[in-house]
Amino acid sequence: MLAWNTGSIRRKLMLSVAAGVLTVSGYAQAEETLKLGALGVMSGPFAGWGGVMCQTFKSRAGMWNDDGGVKIGDKTYKIDVVCVDDKADPKGAQTGAEKLISDGIKYIQGPNTDSTAESAKTVMEANKAINMPYAFSKSLYTPPASQSILGMVASYQVGPIIYKWLMDNKGIKKIAFLCENNADPLNQRNEGSAAAKGLGLEVVSDQETYESGTTDFFPVLTKVIGTSPDHIVLSGVNPSDVGPLIKAARELGFTGTMSTETGQDPKAIYEVAGEAANGFIVAGGASTEEIRSDFMVKFIERYTKDWGEWNDVAGLFVYGPEIMVQTLQKAGPAALEDTEAFKAALDGFVGTNPFLKDGGELKYVGRKDYGQPRQVSVPIVVQAVKDGQYEPLFVGALND
Amino acid sequence: MTQVLLNALVVGTTYALIALGITIIFSIMKVVNFAHGQLYMIGGFVVYYFNVVFGLPFWFGLLMSFLIVGALGVVMELFLFRPVMLRVKREEVTMLLAMGTAVFLESLALIVFGEKQRGVPPIATGIFELFGARLPTGRVVVIFIAAALIIALMAFIGYTKTGRALRAMAQDREATALQGVNLKWLSAMGFGLGTGLAGLAGGLLVAIFAVHTGAGTAVSIKAFLMIMIGGAGVLSGAILGGFVLGVLESVGYALLPGSMTFLVIFLIVIGFLIVRPNGIMGKPWG
Repeated sequence: MLAWNTGSIRRKLMLSVAAGVLTVSGYAQAEETLKLGALGVMSGPFAGWGGVMCQTFKSRAGMWNDDGGVKIGDKTYKIDVVCVDDKADPKGAQTGAEKLISDGIKYIQGPNTDSTAESAKTVMEANKAINMPYAFSKSLYTPPASQSILGMVASYQVGPIIYKWLMDNKGIKKIAFLCENNADPLNQRNEGSAAAKGLGLEVVSDQETYESGTTDFFPVLTKVIGTSPDHIVLSGVNPSDVGPLIKAARELGFTGTMSTETGQDPKAIYEVAGEAANGFIVAGGASTEEIRSDFMVKFIERYTKDWGEWNDVAGLFVYGPEIMVQTLQKAGPAALEDTEAFKAALDGFVGTNPFLKDGGELKYVGRKDYGQPRQVSVPIVVQAVKDGQYEPLFVGALND
Repeated sequence: MTQVLLNALVVGTTYALIALGITIIFSIMKVVNFAHGQLYMIGGFVVYYFNVVFGLPFWFGLLMSFLIVGALGVVMELFLFRPVMLRVKREEVTMLLAMGTAVFLESLALIVFGEKQRGVPPIATGIFELFGARLPTGRVVVIFIAAALIIALMAFIGYTKTGRALRAMAQDREATALQGVNLKWLSAMGFGLGTGLAGLAGGLLVAIFAVHTGAGTAVSIKAFLMIMIGGAGVLSGAILGGFVLGVLESVGYALLPGSMTFLVIFLIVIGFLIVRPNGIMGKPWG
């Protein structure tokens, strides 16, 4: 264990140093290079999202480059990923988007929150750059907006599915919502609460919130648990709060079920909450052992080699670069200069999903929710934590 | 209501422990150490590495969190704050320096420790039930340790030669130097004591909460709030400020909608500071 961790740190430092050296020397002068971007929150409590998104993109790019690069038209390109940390600040997202675009980048993964994605949207639309946010605001994807593509399943899409499953399988009748006092989680809470009411559930608490940076969740959970819910939804919970919240709820005697609709790493949750984490329900990626393909196993190995430790959220983020590059290959060289060619390819695009054991298609959906194909067809994988791993409860597909 | 009072006790005790370090540094250096939360965070990771990664006892990790973060504080004083304070007398320069140090430490921590939240195995298992309220045994242990540390620190400051020298330096540096006290050594030691306490708080509280590299900023803001309530630079004021904030937070969450709690707390603090700008204790440390 000691050797593994010191090795991990050494690897991280070496990668950082190597990245700096490569940047300074302006590498890839002899090869065609395709620059792609990642813009998201890579520091602070949300680093478990944007930081992992950047690392995922770099690891996937490393695999493409090791295989000789990506062929688009007649040329083969090495992928160079440029990451920018927006620090979850809308202004940072705007300047970050401008920086990436001024660097000649037209395809960007992220941002990670509604407020940053809305802020970056103006830059993306004005400069005709494509971005793939992990934010659920419908205005990002609905006409006249056209440059943003939702990279995951939205909370308002998966929430009702989870609540219905819990009603049918666990017999829940009363539900409570708890979230951070922040725009994104508040939106997700409101949407979740409305969906729960629509399903006939009694919402016993949906007004309680906690401030960013809260360390002790006993005070706020005391009030929520006092309403005797059968199920608690942690709406839009960030990866740094989820473990302490579960632990505190169980210590306060809550015996019902709990869930969230945002991506989480089961090992980190289990490390903090211990056995109390077992049964916690998460809508996640496609890296669950039972459903992952051999290719996903290879990706997990690569990510672990690059960054020292696997993070399950990477199993969700890897869909972004994958469909982005597959679409560029289909749209052809014209899309490298003009994103209109990329957008024209979205409608009929059907790619292959290399991450699921049973294969399947990768395509763009979202016509029902957004009026145009502006969502990646990430599978709906609902899973529960079990001793630091996920076990899938059910797998579904997004309606178009 | 019993649960609310127990919550207030736990939150207040942990906050008091957090506030002690920042007030010691303020009192002897007149520096508002905005990197306090980042040092707290590093203390949490030190315990995590010694306990979980290296497999050593939690108590050893706790000791190391004090020593390592304390040593880091000494380095900060010797190579960052002292040279700057010798050249510039404007207080905002040291505040900016502290903020810059906070950003540096947080960025470095992200590279070294990674993005994941970390926790340690419980130091005690079981739950106490008191009039229907629940108090996990781990929290009871942490409260007692925190209380013991606070008492030990008060005794050290109040009754030892070094503690008296620290108090003297906080009141009048020149007069203290005239008594033959080595101010350079004492400043470094005092700064190290303050940061060591931040590390100790982070190391202790990781046993009941968790730690991640972004935890520092919120801790710094709350620590600053506590010493403003209690009286900046006053040791007992920091403890009182911690308890006041803990009670306000716990009772606020019980009586108000969650989104209103800190809004009301800040309004109370603003109103209080208008009436009593030096905080509850309202006098220089000592």
